[in-house]
Amino acid sequence: MADMPIIDHDKCQQCGLCASICACGALVADEKGSVSIIEVEKCGWCTLCELVCPYGAISCPFEIVIERKPDQD
Amino acid sequence: MTATLDFISSVPYFAGLDGPVLKAIGRHVFERKAERGEILLFEGHPTDALYFVVAGAVKVFKTSADGKEQIFSIIRPGDSFNDVPVFSGGVNLTSAEALGPVVVNGIKKTDLEAVIREYPQLAQNVIRVLSRKVQELVSLVEDLSFRHVTGRVAKMLLEYAGDGDGERPRLTQQEMAAMIGTAREMVGRSLKSLEEEGAIRVERNRIIITDLAALRELAGVA
Ligand code: SF4
Ligand code: SF4
Repeated sequence: MADMPIIDHDKCQQCGLCASICACGALVADEKGSVSIIEVEKCGWCTLCELVCPYGAISCPFEIVIERKPDQD
Repeated sequence: MTATLDFISSVPYFAGLDGPVLKAIGRHVFERKAERGEILLFEGHPTDALYFVVAGAVKVFKTSADGKEQIFSIIRPGDSFNDVPVFSGGVNLTSAEALGPVVVNGIKKTDLEAVIREYPQLAQNVIRVLSRKVQELVSLVEDLSFRHVTGRVAKMLLEYAGDGDGERPRLTQQEMAAMIGTAREMVGRSLKSLEEEGAIRVERNRIIITDLAALRELAGVA
């Protein structure tokens, strides 16, 4: 399964901002307009949700790796 | 007892010490676990213990009055945090937060002092580790004072790059910004310009260093 942004449910106030900014439709609020769900395949890791969350409840961490050249394998 | 003597002897503070000292330390070591975002230490609170990361990564940071965060270091397995106040007395100089699920070992200030009194050879290791910490801080001051933001981002990427085995901490752009003393947008912009230079490639949630030599040059550490 692909990685996805991490929601800290203790911090999340269910304001729905992240879902409203997510252009890929990866974050969606449920019928009550509350909880945000992530549809992994759609998330392009634009990090906008992390940027807009007023409570620092969602984070999009990056892994930093050195590319392995084929001749190094 | 959760800490193994193998782990304890891999910690720079205790490296090269013989059996009896390691056993004495092992008797006092306790374990703590935390999830991503959990605060392990609060700046300004009384100092209780010296900590070592066993698994995962911990960020050590300070927050300014207006809420700006400066990360001093990311502590990885085997490394310690909360060193200075433990030895100098007083309160925690920085806060510490788990960057993912972490396991840390701690030793209470009073227990550590007792072991040092009994085994003075431990003091030499302490001096060595604290000197290295001072060097790291001097290097941070140098970066903040003299290095251009893109160069700082390049240097940070070099420092935190792993070989993709998942051992290294994963960092948000906010954390990268706090580490190099800049704004989040500047990190985004710098990553773009490093990508344009051909030094890195951003693939979804991975920053891939494609040209190590070029990145080193941009970081000014060629
Ligand atoms: S990173 Fe972008 S695409 Fe992914 S969930 Fe957040 S806003 Fe949506
Ligand atoms: S913006 Fe933050 S607080 Fe609001 S719903 Fe999203 S994660 Fe929760």
